[in-house]
Parts: sequence; C-alpha cells; structure tokens
Amino acid sequence: MRTINVEKITAEVAQMCKEAAYYLPQDVYEALKKGRETEESPVGQVVLDQIIRNSEIARAEDRPICQDTGMTIIFLEVGQDLHIEGGDLTEAINAGVAKGYTEGYLRKSVVAEPLFDRKNTQNNTPAIIYTKIVPGDQLKIELTCKGFGSENKGGIKMLVPADGVEGVKKAVLDIIQHASCNPCPPMVVGVGIGGTMDQAAYLSKRALMRKITERNAHPDYAALENELLGLINKTGIGPQLGGTTSALAVNIEWGPTHIAGLPVAVTICCHACRHSHRVL
Amino acid sequence: MAETIRITTPLKEEDSRKLRAGDSVLITGTIYSARDAAHKVMTEALARGEKLPIDWNNQIVYYLGPTPAKPGDPIGSCGPTTAGRMDAYTPTMLEQGIKGMIGKGSRAPEVVESMKKNGVTYFAAVGGAAALIAKSVKKYTVIAYPELGPEALAALEVEDFPAIVVIDSEGNDYYEIGQKPYRKL
Repeated sequence: MRTINVEKITAEVAQMCKEAAYYLPQDVYEALKKGRETEESPVGQVVLDQIIRNSEIARAEDRPICQDTGMTIIFLEVGQDLHIEGGDLTEAINAGVAKGYTEGYLRKSVVAEPLFDRKNTQNNTPAIIYTKIVPGDQLKIELTCKGFGSENKGGIKMLVPADGVEGVKKAVLDIIQHASCNPCPPMVVGVGIGGTMDQAAYLSKRALMRKITERNAHPDYAALENELLGLINKTGIGPQLGGTTSALAVNIEWGPTHIAGLPVAVTICCHACRHSHRVL
Repeated sequence: MAETIRITTPLKEEDSRKLRAGDSVLITGTIYSARDAAHKVMTEALARGEKLPIDWNNQIVYYLGPTPAKPGDPIGSCGPTTAGRMDAYTPTMLEQGIKGMIGKGSRAPEVVESMKKNGVTYFAAVGGAAALIAKSVKKYTVIAYPELGPEALAALEVEDFPAIVVIDSEGNDYYEIGQKPYRKL
C-alpha cells in the first residue's frame, strides 16, 4: 500500500496557497487579453489594461493579485488504496494554509465565528475542505483562494421542473444582473444544476475549478454555457464600468436530482479566478 | 476617456463639487484607509459622543484592507474593497466632513443623498488591480485600531493613485451611464 506523510501534504498546500494568490492561471490571462481585443467600451478597455498589467506584475514579483487572498477552499480526491501517515489529514491541510498565508504575505481574512465576536483567526484557517474517496492510491488536491467581493453576490434558486431551460437562464441572469458591477467583473460564473440545495451550491463552486476554455462534456450543457455567456455579455455590466466583457466564461456542473426539483446555484468569481492543483 | 484630472489632498468641498462622473483622476497626498470593522468602531464611538482618532474634514477615505507588506515594501497588495458594505455607516461618516471615498461597486440611495448634501465624490479604483495600485503607495502608517489587523485605520501617502469618479456630488452615477450603451438584453 502506498503511503504519504502528512508533512508532505502540509508543505504542498503551503506552496499551493502562494501559487494561487500570485499567479493567475494562463487560461484566465488569455481570456482577459481576448476580452481586451473585443471590448467596445473605451473605459472598459482602460480597466482591462489595468487588470492585465496587474496580473503581470503579480506574477513577475510574487505579489498577491488581489489584497483579498480569500478563504481557502480545498477539493480532495483520496485514493482508497492510499495510506496517510504521521498525523491528522485535516490538521495537516490547515497547517499548510497557515504556513502559506504567513510565509507568502497573504491577507488573513477568516473569522472564527460569524455573528457575535468575528475574531480573526490570524492565519486564514480553517480551510473549507471537500473530500471524495476514489479508486487508486493517489491524492489529488485542488485549491482556490475565494475572494468575498464576488462570493457575497452568489445565489441559489429552487426551481421546479416546469421552469425548464428558460427558468434556469432567467435564474442565472437575475443573480448576475443583481450582482452587477460589484463582484469585480469580468466574472467567471460557476453554475450548479440539480442535486439538493447544498449539492447545487457545491457543484457551482466545483465548476470554477475547471479550465475556462473547457466546455461541459454533455453537449446540451456545453451549449447552455455558451448561450449564458452570450447573454451575460449583453447585460452592459462590462469590466466594472460598463462594456461588453462582463464575463470570461460560464462553467456548469450538473447532478441527478429529485422528480420534484430543479435547484440552480450560482457562484460568481471575480476576474482573479485563482486556483492551483497537485497530484501526490 | 477625457483628460486626467490631478487631485492633491486634502480635498475641499468646492473642488469635489467640480468633479463629474466619468472623470479620470490621479490622487496625490495622504488618504486614510478604513473598512468594515473600523467603520463599526468609529460610528459606535461617535454614538457615545467620543472624538475620532483623526479629523476627517476634507479627507478622502479608502475602503481597503491590504495584504501584509513584504520586507522593504511600504505596503502589500492594496486594491479597493466593496464600498456598499460601508453604506450603513457612510451618512454618519460624511457628516464628519469626508469629501472623497475610494472603493468599488454601487452605493445605496441614502449614501448618494448624503453625498449631494455634503459635496462628496465617490471614486472607483479598479477592483482586483491590487499589485498595480501598490505602486502608487509610498508609505503606510497605522493610525488607530491596530488590533483590527488589515482592518486598522491607516494613513497612506499616495502619488498619482489612479481612480475614476463613479458618483459625483450631483448624484450622477457612472455605473449606470457606462453600462447603458452596452445593455442589449
């Protein structure tokens, strides 16, 4: 049986936090460049120039792309034949987050309790961790730094089957138009369709981990992704101060649901759609 | 875009009232950063009849919580945060004489009313351009509430800080003006 020591996981997670915060993924960078070429608003062009230049400075100088280095979300795929030794996996991941955010000069933005004290934990822990047990003996780690300017603008709609495709489009557009200029567009839009209320929200987050140049494997969902992107880019929101580049991509993930339901969740990500990946 | 206007702090009401939604500006001088927690503490202090740590008259507030500075740097990445979260506190703060606010995103109608009354301008910096904006900050000094960490009240010495007037003191809103020609739904 293959073994991994938790110390290795801590070290990798620390490095992944820094990578995600400093280096905008290439697909997102290229989508911004493409948006700059097609943007019709002169003010929108100026905003996109600043956003592109910013990501270049961040990459060249190892600086956070945005001061909101987010809440850390981790998607784990643990091979069922893998043995993790040397300590508690959750503790090891959080130790990695604390190390990465401290060493990397990232902002610590997590409060321990949400309503009464709101005391900062000072090391950005705990991370939100989703774990899936899969065949094999590998450990796959996907990490994102999720900023809250955009997170605050997400939403969920519990539609019914009769609402259909038109209902889904309207639900997504309503959430995006309500978000408007606030979530630091151009946005990357994660949509979760199906499951239960919580599962749809999870799928909408999971969708943001996929490359924005990659469409859903199911042709109907791929077509819906393209159609929604076209509609969002007609809202006028643009890159913050109006224009035609409101979103860079729409990524949909779907799952089985109940005969009575059609949940739709939207997670909005800002233009700094930051993530890092490892297979150990 | 129209010609860039240079602003030196402090910002007088008469100068603030001349700015128009859509104007591109470069700000030089001292501005003060405060966000959610500092606004809560300050408005609570005012409610108790206490004095604030700084005189806000003719000053510019920047809604910001920076990343920690790397050794040798004055500040870390320092882009604007969502201004709307400060709306609940803003009319009270504007009564203290603030003439400019820098943030990102839309504002509540009661904030715009208070801006018109007090001759205040709301500027947007580009959301997420935090490493680029840091180049215009020369010094960062915590003035009060150090226990709030990145949310402390701080003075920033800035040189040619790039911003755009989004809501002027007459209530013209560039988010609305800028979106309208491209709204095709």
